[in-house]
Amino acid sequence: MTDTTIDRDKLRDIYTRTMRVARADEKFRSLLMTGKLAVIYYTVRGQELVSAAAMAALEPSDYLVTTYRGQHDQIAKGVPLNPLFAEIAGKVGGTCRGKGGSMHITHPETGVMVTTGVVGSGLPIANGLALASQNRGDGKVTMVCFGDGATNIGAFHEAMNMAQLWKLPVIFLCQNNRYGEHTAFADHTKVDSIVTRAKAYGMAGVHVDGNDAIAMYNTTKAAVDRARAGEGPTLIEAMCYRMMGHFFGSDFSYMPKEHLAEMAAEDPLPRLRQLMLDHQFTEAELDAIVADLDAQMDAAAEFAANSPLPGPEEIRKDVFEEEIAA
Amino acid sequence: MTQITMTQAINRAIDEAMAEDAGVILLGEDVAAKQGGGVFKISSGLTEKYGENRIRATPISEQAIVGACVGAALAGFRPIAEIMLMNFVTVAMDQIVNHAAKLRFMSGGQTNVPLVIRTTTGVGVGFGGQHSDMLEAWFAHVAGLKIVTPSNAADAQGLMRAAIACNDPVIFIENILCYGLKSDDPGPGHVVPLGKAAVAREGSDCTIVTYGRTVLDALEIAGKLADEGISVEVIDLRTIAPYDEATVTASVEKTGRAIVLHEAVKQYGTGAEIASRLNEKLFGKLKAPVTRIGGAFSAVPMANALEQAWIPNKDAIADAVRTAVNWKG
Ligand SMILES: Cc1ncc(C[n+]2csc(CCOP(=O)(O)OP(=O)(O)O)c2C)c(N)n1
Repeated sequence: MTDTTIDRDKLRDIYTRTMRVARADEKFRSLLMTGKLAVIYYTVRGQELVSAAAMAALEPSDYLVTTYRGQHDQIAKGVPLNPLFAEIAGKVGGTCRGKGGSMHITHPETGVMVTTGVVGSGLPIANGLALASQNRGDGKVTMVCFGDGATNIGAFHEAMNMAQLWKLPVIFLCQNNRYGEHTAFADHTKVDSIVTRAKAYGMAGVHVDGNDAIAMYNTTKAAVDRARAGEGPTLIEAMCYRMMGHFFGSDFSYMPKEHLAEMAAEDPLPRLRQLMLDHQFTEAELDAIVADLDAQMDAAAEFAANSPLPGPEEIRKDVFEEEIAA
Repeated sequence: MTQITMTQAINRAIDEAMAEDAGVILLGEDVAAKQGGGVFKISSGLTEKYGENRIRATPISEQAIVGACVGAALAGFRPIAEIMLMNFVTVAMDQIVNHAAKLRFMSGGQTNVPLVIRTTTGVGVGFGGQHSDMLEAWFAHVAGLKIVTPSNAADAQGLMRAAIACNDPVIFIENILCYGLKSDDPGPGHVVPLGKAAVAREGSDCTIVTYGRTVLDALEIAGKLADEGISVEVIDLRTIAPYDEATVTASVEKTGRAIVLHEAVKQYGTGAEIASRLNEKLFGKLKAPVTRIGGAFSAVPMANALEQAWIPNKDAIADAVRTAVNWKG
């Protein structure tokens, strides 16, 4: 049984991280709907809490590897909003000078080392970051986030085996949002739970309700402690739900309406708010946090809008260490 | 003067780099002492010196090997991945072309991948279709990868040192048939810079641009043709991508004729790129068309008779030079 108690400051921290993710997502959707932004956007609606609680259990210096649908992970890990917004808008003030975009965010200062658009390919790379920490003895833990669909790719299996073989300080966080693009979990995977796959590699595996802030935090914290103590990797299967289509604006008629309604009842945002109230946080206190965040979102959107577009000379830079000829 | 084999040379380069920098690690199948120090013995003796944390024998998991090296490189290490045979890079293509090659660019220069992927191949040992391919053109087509191949032991040592020191990913191709080649010992600390070709033999009538094992063929042919009064210049590229265009162009400008020779299949190969660039640079100055010689357009056959027919034939190379020299237009 995971611990069901939590420190009040940690709870406030999780709430703030969750709402930062949620308000940023809301802001992006509104920018897209009003035509102020025209980019492909993988909304994280429904998965905000999973990463907020997970990242709250990491140190800022720990490494993170994530995927195209990783904005919640990046924001929760601490990537500053101004360059993040600018990167998604393809501006030179972005984290990657507009050369990465939402699917390829990198921000080493906050530990975000790779965001990949190739399903499942982050896991082997996370092993390498963890291997470096193991050899150096720097005490860092690497977390890699991916979806349920990613667990059917060969890289997942190779990486799980290698991580357990070498007892790497890595945490595999599967955010099981029940869909891989248009394919429902039961239509792409024959086992009931991804945790079964951890067992197949002799690895610790935990199944957790990703919309339960306390369970999600404590589960992650236990995995982090294990990894730091040299006890090896953990696979966490965090159950959540992708409340919209694969990318924002895409058709999601393949998601049964009854199931959507059922899942709406588990929406992590009202549930977290209730938990906060149960822990004697006041409505006013919670609203103030959100109001402050909304001001930050407006500022970030403005920063992105005002940031210049990258010039064509950027194409010759960063191909190699030395600039290539025109 | 003492001599050194290519196997010893590569081993020494890795050994020197590991002694200098704790961030140099080697990952691959069978590479540690327990497994005998690698199928071609390149890592022989290294586990005893540097331990199993730095010489890591891996499961048969090419994606995980290259991926782990990419991750370690991002964390500031200088990993070396051994992919036992070049055909098996197919298994790790995603990590190589989508990640190793592109992370510097996609991150806007915030991260980089100082990784060496060592691999081995070669036609002429009877390994057949899935263990003999020369796939350098695949990688040369991807922005962000450097591709290196030595033709002699001394260069192998120096190029390996440079590859490990390079801050970009390098594919280092070792030809199985060259492992036993001996050079005069260049001594410790020998470095051959990446991107610099060598004029392996000077000549004035025709240039053969080549790399890897076929440099030996080109030198042998140049010796024979000298007896016929034809003077052949041989350029050993050493770095296939990005290649030393200045040295190649200067040589062909001097001789007016060029043949690009490689063991990889001719179609869509690196020879096409070099021939085309020579045309762009030297159109009007060439005394004969630039031609290419490469492997046949089939899988590499197993039977020795067929394998020898597949590989660029020395008589055909000599004939190509004669044709170029006698070209009447
Ligand atoms: C190797 C690979 N195959 C296919 C795709 C196309 N694709 C993009 S997202 C996706 C679904 C992935 O589902 P999951 O891993 O569950 O992640 P989620 O989008 O649910 O977060 C697919 C098939 C891809 N990007 N990479």
